[in-house]
Amino acid sequence: MLKGEQSWVFPRRPVIVATGVTGGPFEGNGKLAEDFDLLHDDLWMGEDSYEKAHRLLIDEAIEIALKKAKLQKENIEFLIAGDLINQITPTTFAARNVGIPYFGISGACSSSMEGLALAAFIVNYQGAKHVLTGSGSHNAAAERQFRYPTEYGGQKPPTAQWTATAAGFAIVTEQNEQNQNEPKVTMATIGKVIDMGMTDPFNMGGAMAPAAVDTILAHFKDTGRTHEDYDLIVTGDLAKVGRAAALDLIHAKGIDLPSEKFQDCGLMIYKDDQEVHSGGSGSGLSAAVLYGHLLKQMKYGTYKKILCVATGSLHSPLSVQQGESIPCIAHAVAIEMD
Amino acid sequence: MSQKEKTPEQKEYDQLQKKHETKRPILRNCVVAFFVGGTICLIGQAISFLYIYFFNFTEQTAGNPTVATMIFISMLLTGFGVYDRIGQFAGAGSAVPITGFGNAVISSAIEHRTEGFVLGVGGNMFKMAGSVILFGVFSAFVVAIIKTLITQWFLGGF
Repeated sequence: MLKGEQSWVFPRRPVIVATGVTGGPFEGNGKLAEDFDLLHDDLWMGEDSYEKAHRLLIDEAIEIALKKAKLQKENIEFLIAGDLINQITPTTFAARNVGIPYFGISGACSSSMEGLALAAFIVNYQGAKHVLTGSGSHNAAAERQFRYPTEYGGQKPPTAQWTATAAGFAIVTEQNEQNQNEPKVTMATIGKVIDMGMTDPFNMGGAMAPAAVDTILAHFKDTGRTHEDYDLIVTGDLAKVGRAAALDLIHAKGIDLPSEKFQDCGLMIYKDDQEVHSGGSGSGLSAAVLYGHLLKQMKYGTYKKILCVATGSLHSPLSVQQGESIPCIAHAVAIEMD
Repeated sequence: MSQKEKTPEQKEYDQLQKKHETKRPILRNCVVAFFVGGTICLIGQAISFLYIYFFNFTEQTAGNPTVATMIFISMLLTGFGVYDRIGQFAGAGSAVPITGFGNAVISSAIEHRTEGFVLGVGGNMFKMAGSVILFGVFSAFVVAIIKTLITQWFLGGF
């Protein structure tokens, strides 16, 4: 149901019944290693290209989610997923392997919540019984497309972010008696493309912060909720620079959001001694942190209501070289436990 | 392509964002680059002396084998995944010497191996180093013309 200008409320409260989260070696050394279902200790993962390794991460995350939900792929009506690579080929090849009717989405790092919002909408209006959604990213595959070859000795500035090697997938299902105690998707706010004229691709957090803030404010305005309705507002990879800028923007609007309640996935996944500069990023990162770590914390009772805001930087290497600024987007999804 | 003029709102955000932007530690980068770059050149000098004292090279002819040796070392370090770490630490210190040029060519070659030898390795090897070659050769040409003009006109030629 449309509420306000750009938000949906899901009265039937679709449920996230199962998740599958996979990661790479760098994530295995990080803070959230225990929240991954499967970790690889090599970036190649036994494949002969990084793009194939990327596909494998997605394949495995889907497989684990299906197994945990005790569902066959034939039970899933739709797959909604995306990644960072040109024409989202790793996701497409994974969709070919699993053979579920497929929507490919290209929202960069916001794909995780774009997919979850659409999945919840479809399930809420009985367009499907089960929808599989998620996103993945691979550090070396993204590095070579957006930046330099992996072995190139260029120096990155402290505002740069580290693309995570991770994939997170979730199965969204109609609520019934068996799954009542699982986390539910209750609302979503779809963001606009916001461009504040930032041009540095090595400072994506700084570029994306206004998009995150725009979506959060729109969510509050549309739904009548405030930050007090949430135990946690978590952004999907603004990292240090972007998180600080976003907090400033929110405070400037007169909203007294306490900083400990405003966390960022890009700052949760790695240890302080891992050299990730400003923090983590990548379309698989927010999916892995939400589906791996945060939902677990919700089941333990740490949080009851969270607002997950995944931010995406929608530039391409070409648009940056042609001097275009970086267009950014953010989508928010409210997840609640009863 | 020229950049569009920023709106007042964008300028205001730029100011706000800059407060949080972690600055590049320029002084630290310069000092580290100086010493690492210097160390690489010192190693090059040592290799050059080795060629002069132990092989049949003179100070003029030792340059080529020295450069080849340095690039070979850079290739090994790139292949073993060490050079990018040195690069993150040293910045310009490891990028400016010939080893940095070697690293740019070799890392591109390794990276594009998955697209095959002809279109992958062959087509992309000089992707980053290509502009160094182009502008290096061009600026050498310009400098040579200037030198020739000066020596011919003002010093009467020799």
